[in-house]
Amino acid sequence: MTNNKDVIRRNALSRGQLIGLAALLAVACVLPFVVSNYRVFQLTLTLVYAIALLGLNMLTGYNGQISLGHGAFYAIGAYVAAILMDKFGVPYWLTIPAAGAVCLAAGFLFGLPALRLEGLYLALATFALGVAMPQILKYKGFEHWTGGVMGIVIVKPEPPEWSGLSQDRWLYFVVLVCLVAMFVIGWNLLRGRIGRAMVAIRDQPIAAQAMGVNTAMVKSLTFGVSAMYTGIAGALGAIVIQFVAPDSFNVFLSITLIVGVVVGGLASISGAIYGALFIQFIPNVADEISKAAPWAIYGVFLLLFMYLMPTGVAGFIRIVGGRLRQRRMR
Amino acid sequence: MDVLLHQILSGLATGGIYASVALALVMIYQATHLVNFAQGELAMFATYIAWSLIQAGVPYWAAFFLTVAIAFALGVVIERVIVQPVEDKPILAVVIVFIALLVILNSLAGWIFTYTIKPFPSPFPTAPLFGNRYVSSHELGSIGITLVVLALIFVFFRFTPLGLAMRAAAQNPVSSRLVGIRVGWMLALGWGLAAAIGAVAGIMVAPTVFLEPNMMSGILLYAFAAALLGGIDSPGGAVLGGFIVGVLENVVGSIIGTELKLTVALVLIVGVLVIRPSGLFGKVHVTRV
Repeated sequence: MTNNKDVIRRNALSRGQLIGLAALLAVACVLPFVVSNYRVFQLTLTLVYAIALLGLNMLTGYNGQISLGHGAFYAIGAYVAAILMDKFGVPYWLTIPAAGAVCLAAGFLFGLPALRLEGLYLALATFALGVAMPQILKYKGFEHWTGGVMGIVIVKPEPPEWSGLSQDRWLYFVVLVCLVAMFVIGWNLLRGRIGRAMVAIRDQPIAAQAMGVNTAMVKSLTFGVSAMYTGIAGALGAIVIQFVAPDSFNVFLSITLIVGVVVGGLASISGAIYGALFIQFIPNVADEISKAAPWAIYGVFLLLFMYLMPTGVAGFIRIVGGRLRQRRMR
Repeated sequence: MDVLLHQILSGLATGGIYASVALALVMIYQATHLVNFAQGELAMFATYIAWSLIQAGVPYWAAFFLTVAIAFALGVVIERVIVQPVEDKPILAVVIVFIALLVILNSLAGWIFTYTIKPFPSPFPTAPLFGNRYVSSHELGSIGITLVVLALIFVFFRFTPLGLAMRAAAQNPVSSRLVGIRVGWMLALGWGLAAAIGAVAGIMVAPTVFLEPNMMSGILLYAFAAALLGGIDSPGGAVLGGFIVGVLENVVGSIIGTELKLTVALVLIVGVLVIRPSGLFGKVHVTRV
C-alpha cells in the first residue's frame, strides 16, 4: 500500500515544499524592486498568463477536454473589465470578480454542448470559437460597447497613497495577490474530491460514471471554472496593458495558451508558472534568433517538446528530482 | 430573384472550394481518425509555391500541375517525418503537433513571401462564359475543376488497386498488413493526396480572396463545418456539405451582413456536433464499453 502514502503525501505540502514556496514568494515580492519598469510590466504579464494557464490546464490537463479557443474567454474577461471601467466608471478591482462571474457563466454555457463532444471534436468546436471571436467583437451591433475595430483604451489605475509604489509595481502586486489567491483555490479544488473526479473522467469516463461521479455536471463546471480563471486573467491583462482590441484576441492567443500549458506540463499546477515564463519570454528569444519568424521557432519548440518532453517542464523537473532523491537514498 | 440566384451560384463556387478542403480533411480522417488542423495552411503554402512558379515565368497550367506534385510530396514528407512519431500517442499530442505545423507553415509563408496581400491570376477569361449574367467564368471554372478533382478521387479509390489498398489500410490496418499492404506508406499517401487536393483548392480560391498567409483560416473553418455536416467519414457527404455550406454562407451573409460570416461557421459546427454528431451521411459512432 505504498500508494496510499503517496496520495497522502501528494495531498499535503511537505515542510521542504512549504519553505520553497515561501522563498519563491519572497523572491516574487523583491523582484519588482530590482528590475526596470519595463521588466516589471513583463513580469506582471507573466503572472497574468500563469492564471490563464492554470485555468486551461484544469480543463485540458486534468479533465482531458481540449480547448483551442480559450483566447475567447480571455477576450471576454478583458472586454468585461474594459467596458465596466470605460462606460460605467467601475473601479478596476471590482471588474476582476465581475469578469470572473461573466466568464464562469459563459464557460458553463459553452461547456453544455461541449459535453457531447469528445477529444478531437471539442478541439474543433473550440478552435472555431477562437477563430470567430475577433469577428464577434468587431460586430457593428456591439460597437457602442466594444468600440469596434478601434477597441477601448482604459486608464491605468493609480496606486493608493500609502503604498508609495509606482503604477507598474502596484499593478504587479495586485496581480500577484490575485495569482496567489487563484492558485490556492485551484490547488484546493484539484487535490480534493472534485479534482479527483476530474482526473477520473479524463482517464476512465465510464468507470467514473459507474462510481457515481456526475460526469456531465463535473465536466461543464470544469469548463466554467476554467473559463473563469482565464477570464480573470483577461481582465487583469486588459488593466495591465490598458487597451483592448479585437485583433489582439485572435486564434493565435488561444494557441499561445495551449502552448503554455503543454510546455509547462499538463496536469500540473506549477506547470502554469513555467508555461507562463515560456510564452512571455521565449518570443523575445525567438525574435533574437530570427526577426522574421518567431512563430516558426515557437512551432519548432512545440514539436520538440511533444517528441522529447511530453510531460513539459514540470514533468521534467519531477523526473530529475526523483532521480536525485533515489541516488541520495542509495 | 436575380439577386438570390446570383447568391446561390456564387455560393456554389465557394462551396466547391470548401468541398475540396473538406474532402482533404475527410481523407486524412478516414485514414487516421484525425482532423488535420494544418490543412488550410498546407494549401496556403502550396498556393505560394504556385505563385512563385508563375512569377518565375512558368506557364499557368504547368505551374498548376507542378504545384500539385510538390504539395503531394510535401504531404508525404510531413506525414513520414512529423506526424508518424505521434500517431499512436494521446489525441492531445496529435492536436498539438498539428497546431505546431499550422504555426510553422503560417510563419514560414510570412517569412519567405512577406505578409503583403498579393493578387493571384485566374486561368479563366474575364468575360462571363456563355453570355450569362449570374456567374463569372472563374466561379464556373473553379466549380468545374472541383468536380473534376472529385471524379478523379472517386475513380482512384473505386477502380485502382492502390486505391483499394488505401481503403483497406484505413479500414483494418492489422489485416491489411497481414496481406502485405504497407500501411504506413498508405497513410503517407493519403496525406500526400490530401495536400494535393488542398493545393488545388488554394489555387482556385486565391484569385477571389487574394494571396496572404492567413487566407485559409476562414476557409478551413467552413471546410470543418462542411465535413461535419456531411459526416466526417463520408467523402461524398463532405462534398455535398461543402456546396451546402457555400450556398448557406452566401445567402445568410446577404441577410445578416458579411461581418459575422465566421460566426455562422461556428454556429454551424457546434450545431451539427450537438444535434447530429455523425452528420448527414456519416456512420453513427458506437463505443464499446
